[in-house]
Amino acid sequence: MRSLKLIIQREYLARVRNKTFIIMTFLSPIILVGMFALIAYLSMLNSSEQHIIGFHDETGLFLKEFQDDENLQYLDFSAKSLDEAKKIVRENEYYGLIHIPDADNNYDLTGKVQFFGEESPGLGTVQNIEKIISNKLQRNELIERGIDVAQIDSAKTSVDVQIQNFSGETTSKMANYLRMFFGGAAGYLLMMFIIIYGNMVMRSVIEEKTNRIIEIIVSSVRPIQLMLGKVIGTSLAGITQFTVWVILGGILYTLAGLYFGVDLMNAQPGQVEVEQLNIPEVNQLVTDVLNLPIFSLIVYFLIYFLGGYFLYSAIYASIGAAVDSETDTQQFMLPVILPLMLGIYVGFFAVIENPHGTISTIFSMIPLTSPIVMLMRIPFGVPWWEISLSILILLCTNTAVVWLAAKIYRVGILMYGKKASYKEIYKWLKY
Amino acid sequence: MENLLVAENIYKRFGGYTALNNVSITIPKGSVFGLLGPNGAGKTTFIRIINQITMPDEGKVYLDGKPLHPEDIRHIGYLPEERGLYKSMKVGEQAMYLARLKGLSKAEAKERLKYWFKKLDITDWWDKKIQELSKGMAQKVQFVITVLHDPKLLIFDEPFSGFDPVNASIIKREILELKEKGATILFSTHRMESVEELCDYMALINKSNKLLDGKVSEIKKEYKSNTFEVGLESENETALLAELQEKFKVGKAQFKSINDDLKVSIQLQPHENPNDLIQYLLNRAKINHFVEVIPSVNDIFIKTVTHNA
Repeated sequence: MRSLKLIIQREYLARVRNKTFIIMTFLSPIILVGMFALIAYLSMLNSSEQHIIGFHDETGLFLKEFQDDENLQYLDFSAKSLDEAKKIVRENEYYGLIHIPDADNNYDLTGKVQFFGEESPGLGTVQNIEKIISNKLQRNELIERGIDVAQIDSAKTSVDVQIQNFSGETTSKMANYLRMFFGGAAGYLLMMFIIIYGNMVMRSVIEEKTNRIIEIIVSSVRPIQLMLGKVIGTSLAGITQFTVWVILGGILYTLAGLYFGVDLMNAQPGQVEVEQLNIPEVNQLVTDVLNLPIFSLIVYFLIYFLGGYFLYSAIYASIGAAVDSETDTQQFMLPVILPLMLGIYVGFFAVIENPHGTISTIFSMIPLTSPIVMLMRIPFGVPWWEISLSILILLCTNTAVVWLAAKIYRVGILMYGKKASYKEIYKWLKY
Repeated sequence: MENLLVAENIYKRFGGYTALNNVSITIPKGSVFGLLGPNGAGKTTFIRIINQITMPDEGKVYLDGKPLHPEDIRHIGYLPEERGLYKSMKVGEQAMYLARLKGLSKAEAKERLKYWFKKLDITDWWDKKIQELSKGMAQKVQFVITVLHDPKLLIFDEPFSGFDPVNASIIKREILELKEKGATILFSTHRMESVEELCDYMALINKSNKLLDGKVSEIKKEYKSNTFEVGLESENETALLAELQEKFKVGKAQFKSINDDLKVSIQLQPHENPNDLIQYLLNRAKINHFVEVIPSVNDIFIKTVTHNA
């Protein structure tokens, strides 16, 4: 026990004192925020660019329909011939030219409208043009059939479904997006943590092996102690990093609260009324964020991080023990990365589509994917027994995997120059 | 004499390969024991079994009369052949860590490290990182870590490889000093001359089997062939040589001499006495050189290995 404590201490300090670790801990939140800002800025820049589109309307029906907006400016070339219009558009390097040929009736036009352009237009632009033309045609057809269009317009209603759970709490659709966002972010972060910290364990095992300090250490402690100490010490470094981030997040949260003029820290979840603001969307957003089970999300994150991390880092440790250098690890990486990727994909497709569907439920039970998938499901509300069952399965698998990994580790760390293959490793299990 | 370590009928197999085949070794207390064998003979496996890094498939190991127990690692100091240290950790820090893993308290570890660092004149390395030290320097640190917890049994696997002659002799001196203080030392090596110099006892392992073991002097007695190297000064060397060749089994001999002698080796029958040979030679020539040929460990090694092959 005493040795284990010493090893954990050393491994923890070795990780935490590492300059990269310190820099990444404080830099990655900034990088993350910066990246979001950059993406937002770039997409804003992209859509703020105004395109000029010419149109050549032989029917004369659409002259008033093409209204300039912030993205598109329309120029009328109907007076010119089509070829002339094309020439002008090309010479002036306009975005494109819409050609609406003359037609006998409204239906005749449906397949005849053309778009000429140097490059193919954005999907949004095309949809926009299609909508404008089909709306106009539809209206025309309605008028021709003698239907009062004004009546139809006045009968149009907009429906906004109010989502409420059975205990009477109202949530907005925004809240669902938030759940997706927080669940997805937590799942993704967990995967990154498992890969980053699993790799740290693996590299540290390889380092000890190539340094040949391993023989000095295993003559003092049992290999499984060294492996566990390494895994635990590294996990503590991970928790340290996560804690720093939570604290930084908390500070950011408080600052945001000050900015919006509400005391977020003292607000009770579910009872927040943000009266001071007159922007209802922001009010609702703040309320929704506060209504999210952030605290339990953090707790579950830690539980599933530890569970998932132990599982994977034990595998990582045995891979590190099996090889002589980091370049040899490639062949063993696929079985590790694959279930993690699977977890993420199931999370992003199945869980967001249907958080409590069969696929989501099954993958939140399979230990290799459960940490990621379950974490993504939790914001949508998962019954406690499902969470307990998934954690229980994860723990049992952990015990078995750590035991097997320790066997591989024990043999592997003292094997030099032997090219490890799956067959060879299978043999080590029986030594 | 009491025995510190007794290994009885050790078998170790890795899959289909037998690394140790019924090896028994007894190391007397206070002795310097040489474990000899070519590379791949099974020496390292045997040492790992003593260190409880690997477990034998069959057989028992006793330390101080009691079956080997996990706690016994505190009584063993092991300097592996393939040795290294954490590159980016400071010398003092990792020496402390390794010492405490051996069960020393923080204060104890610090005090003993200070003593040893001073003794080997490496005190100013304390805050250096291993990557700043040369290989030989790192070896000194490893030596200190090996002996720090005052083990009863010290195991050195090829201890002198990597040392320059000056440092090698310092380490040799320290090892002998530890022996005088009562430690038992196990050397594992394939370099025979170091056994010649240091070891009281030896065992020879080849291809997983123990070929011979015992006191070095006794093994040598057993292997000597009653042969003597003789340097003779005579007026008529050719006649003398012919006479000798007729009476004895004579071979050529090479040894240093300031005289221009006839140099021969003479092998006597097991029952014959060298005094009779001297008596015989006295009347015929001036004897400048007369030495019994004692087989070197190297000779014994080669002889046994080829004989058993």
